[in-house]
Amino acid sequence: MPTFVRTDKCDGCKGQDKTACMYICPHDLMKLDKDGSETGHAMKAFNQEPDQCWECYSCVKICPQQAIEARHYADVVPLGGSVQPLRGTDSIMWTIKFRNGTMKRFKFPIRTTPEGSIDPYGGKPEADMSKIDEPGFFVQCNGYRAGDPSELICK
Amino acid sequence: MAGEFGNPEIVEESVDILLIGGGMACCGAAYEIMRWIDAAKKEGHDLSVKLVDKAALDRSGAVAQGLSAINTYIGTEQDPADYARMVSNDLMGITRDDLAYDLGRHVDESVHLFEEWGLPIWKTDENGERHNGAEGLPPLAEGGKPVRSGKWQIMINGESYKWIVAEAAKKALGMENIQERVFIVKLVNDKNDPHRIAGAVGFSVREHKVHVYKAKAILLAAGGCVNLFRPRSVGEGQGRAWYPVWNAGSTYAMAAEAGAELTMMENRFVPTRFKDGYGPVGAWFLLFKAKATNAFGETYMDRNKDMLDDYPPYGQAAVPASCLRNHLMLKEMREGRGPIYMDTVTALANLRETLSPREVKHLEAEAWEDFLDMCVGQCGIWVGENIEPEKKNSELMPTEPYLLGSHSGCCGIWVSGPTDVGAPTEETESGVPDHLPSGWNWGYRSMTTVKGLFTAGDGVGASGHKFSSGSHAEGRLAAKAMVKYCIDNKDVTPELDTSVDDLVAEIYQPVKTFLEHKDYTTAIDINPNYITPRMLQFRLQKIMDEYVAGVATYYTTNAEMLRVAEEKLEMLKEDAMKMRAKDLHELLRAWENYHRILTAEAHMKHIQFREESRYPGFYYRADKNFVDEENWKCFVNSIYDKNTKKWTCFKRAHKDLVDKSKLFK
Repeated sequence: MPTFVRTDKCDGCKGQDKTACMYICPHDLMKLDKDGSETGHAMKAFNQEPDQCWECYSCVKICPQQAIEARHYADVVPLGGSVQPLRGTDSIMWTIKFRNGTMKRFKFPIRTTPEGSIDPYGGKPEADMSKIDEPGFFVQCNGYRAGDPSELICK
Repeated sequence: MAGEFGNPEIVEESVDILLIGGGMACCGAAYEIMRWIDAAKKEGHDLSVKLVDKAALDRSGAVAQGLSAINTYIGTEQDPADYARMVSNDLMGITRDDLAYDLGRHVDESVHLFEEWGLPIWKTDENGERHNGAEGLPPLAEGGKPVRSGKWQIMINGESYKWIVAEAAKKALGMENIQERVFIVKLVNDKNDPHRIAGAVGFSVREHKVHVYKAKAILLAAGGCVNLFRPRSVGEGQGRAWYPVWNAGSTYAMAAEAGAELTMMENRFVPTRFKDGYGPVGAWFLLFKAKATNAFGETYMDRNKDMLDDYPPYGQAAVPASCLRNHLMLKEMREGRGPIYMDTVTALANLRETLSPREVKHLEAEAWEDFLDMCVGQCGIWVGENIEPEKKNSELMPTEPYLLGSHSGCCGIWVSGPTDVGAPTEETESGVPDHLPSGWNWGYRSMTTVKGLFTAGDGVGASGHKFSSGSHAEGRLAAKAMVKYCIDNKDVTPELDTSVDDLVAEIYQPVKTFLEHKDYTTAIDINPNYITPRMLQFRLQKIMDEYVAGVATYYTTNAEMLRVAEEKLEMLKEDAMKMRAKDLHELLRAWENYHRILTAEAHMKHIQFREESRYPGFYYRADKNFVDEENWKCFVNSIYDKNTKKWTCFKRAHKDLVDKSKLFK
C-alpha cells in the first residue's frame, strides 16, 4: 500500500527547513519537489520509490495537513478500500473502509504519559562504578530475574 | 567548503564511543550509557559518545511502525533457564545458552522502563478480564498482571512503542550527540592492529557530506537483512516485506569486512504469516486459539504430527521448533492441499459463546488492533478483499527467507558472553583460526572478535528470540561494557588504516561512475558502463531465490546449486563495483545492496559448509536431507578477508549450560 500525497492538501510544510514526511520516513522515500520539475506540482512532497514502501504509515501519521494516504499495492490488492489514521498525543483513531462500503472505526490508546514528558533519569540512582563488571543495569526496576542457580549445570 | 554532488564536504570527528543504528538496541545503549559515562567522569574519565542513524530515531528500526506485543517478558513465574531452553529448542538445539540466559535475567528491566515512560501494556484483572494499557491498572513493576498471548509474550497498545523508547534515548543522550540521516557504510580497522576497530565512515543522505568518525569503541546495531531473496510480491508489493525493508544486512556486512567472526549465518527465518500483507499470527494462534488448516479444513499440525518424530528431540517439545511447524505445513502445499487457512471464523465463534456482547465488541477491536499497531498493510488486504475475520477465513503463507538474530532466527556475530554462567573457556573443535578467542567470553560483554567492536539486537548471533525488549536490553549490556572497554583502553589512540581520501573515493565511487558515463547513452538506466542499484538487487534476488533455497524451489537446494550460486554471486560482487548513483538517495540504495550481497554470500557459504539440513521447513539441502546430531550439532562460524574477498568457514563446539531434557518431560 504505497503512500501518496494529495495535491489539494500538501503545503510542503511551508516555512520548515524540511517536510515532516521527509523527516520521518525510515526508508528515505518522501521527497519535496521544490520546483515541480519531478511531479508537475511545485512545493509538494511525493513518494519517490513506491515499490520500496513498507506501509509503516509513519508519514501518514505525522503529516500536519493529513495530506498523505495509502493506496493498497496495485499488484496485490483489489481497489476501493482505505485505512486511515488520525494520531493524537494519547490515542489513535482509525477509519476503515472496505471495498464493499462497510465502515469500521477504532480508537486505541498509544501513550499513558504526555508527549515529551519522559524524565529519563528522574528519581533514578547514579551508576555505581564498582558494579560495572557485575550483571544488572545501573538502575533496578524490579525486573531483574536472578534465576535458580541450580539450573546452571556447568557452573 | 560546501559540498556538491560528486564532490562532498568531508567532516571528520573523533569520539570515544560511536553507536551505529537507531533501533531498539541503540536506543537501549543510549539510555544506559550516559549514566555510566557520568559515573566514569567522576573518576576522571571523560568519554564522548555519538549515535549515528540513517533514519530518524522516532521511527527507526524494526519497531518503527509499532508493535502489538512484547514478545520477551519473562515475568516472575519463569526462570531465565526456561527462556534459554525455549530459545535453544526453537532454533534446533544450537544456541549460546550464556547469551540467552543473560538476556533472560535482564530483559524485564527494560519492559518495566517502557511502561514507566508511557507504553500502555494490557492487563488482566482479578476476574480474568482483559483491559487495555491506559485503564490505570497497576504496572508490571508493582505486580500488575500482563495479558499473556503466549508463554513469553505480553500484549500492548504499541503504536507509539518506538516513539516512546526514542524519546527516552534522545533525552538521555542529548540531541547534540545524535546525528540522523547519515548512513554508515564501512568500518575502518586500526593501522597498528588489524584486529582492532578505529572508526567508521558514511555519508549524509540529505547533504553532500561524507562523515569520518574515529572511535575507540563502536556499537554496530543496524538490523537484520531483508530482500536478499526474491520476495513473493514483485511489483509495488515488494516493499511489503515481513521484516522492515530498510534492514539491508549492514550489520553483518560491515562486521565481516572489519574481520569480525560471524556465526550461524546459515540460519534464516521463514515466517508463516497472513498471505501478502504478512500480518502477525501470534495473537490469532495463542490469544484467539485459532487453528491453521489445509484447503479441506484439516489441521495440518494434527494430520502430519508423525513427521515431528523424524527430528528428535526438537519435534517432541510441547512447542515444536518453528521450522518444523513450517515443515508440516509445506507438505500440504507441496502435495496440492493448499491454500493454507487461518480459521478465524471458528475461533471467533468459539470465543463468542462465552462472552458478553460488550466483550465481543472488545474482541473485534483487539483483532483489528493486532494488525493496526504493527502491520497496517494487512488491514489493507482485508479491506480490499472484503475480509471480516468473523465471516471469512484468511490465507496463510510462508514468506521469502529473512536473516536476523533478534526475532526467531540466530544468524549474526560471535560475541563475548557473561562470565558467571559456566560458559566454556576452551575451544574443543579444531580449525578455528589462531587469532580468534577460544572460549565464549573474552573480557567485554557483547564485544565481537574485533577489539572495540560491539553489537546487539539482530547483530548478536547464536541466540535469538530477544525481539524488541531483548534488543533494548542487549544494547544496554553492550553500553556498559563499552564504557569499561574505553576506560581500560584509555591510552589507545585509534588510527585509521586507510586514508580519508581513499575512504571518500570509495564511498562516492557510484556517484563518480554515474557522472563519468551518464552521457554515453540516451537512456539513463541502460548503460554498459554501470548497473543501477535496483537491477543489482533484482539479480541478487534471482540468484538467491533460484539456487539458495528461496520460494521458487520450495526452500530446496543442493551442493551443485550452491556451487552455481557461488559463481554467480562472485560476478555480482564484482559488478557491485560498477553500481551507479544518480543522487544521494540512490547512493543509499547502492550501499544497502552491497551490504545485502555480502550477507547473502555469507548465508550461501554457511549452508554449503553445513552438510545437513538443520532447519527443515526453513531450508532443505536435498543432498543432505537430515539432521546429523553426531557431526553437526555445532556452531558454524566464519571470517571474511576484505583484501582477498574470501570467506573461511569453521566449526565451534556447542555446549548446553542448562539442562535441555526438561523440555521433554
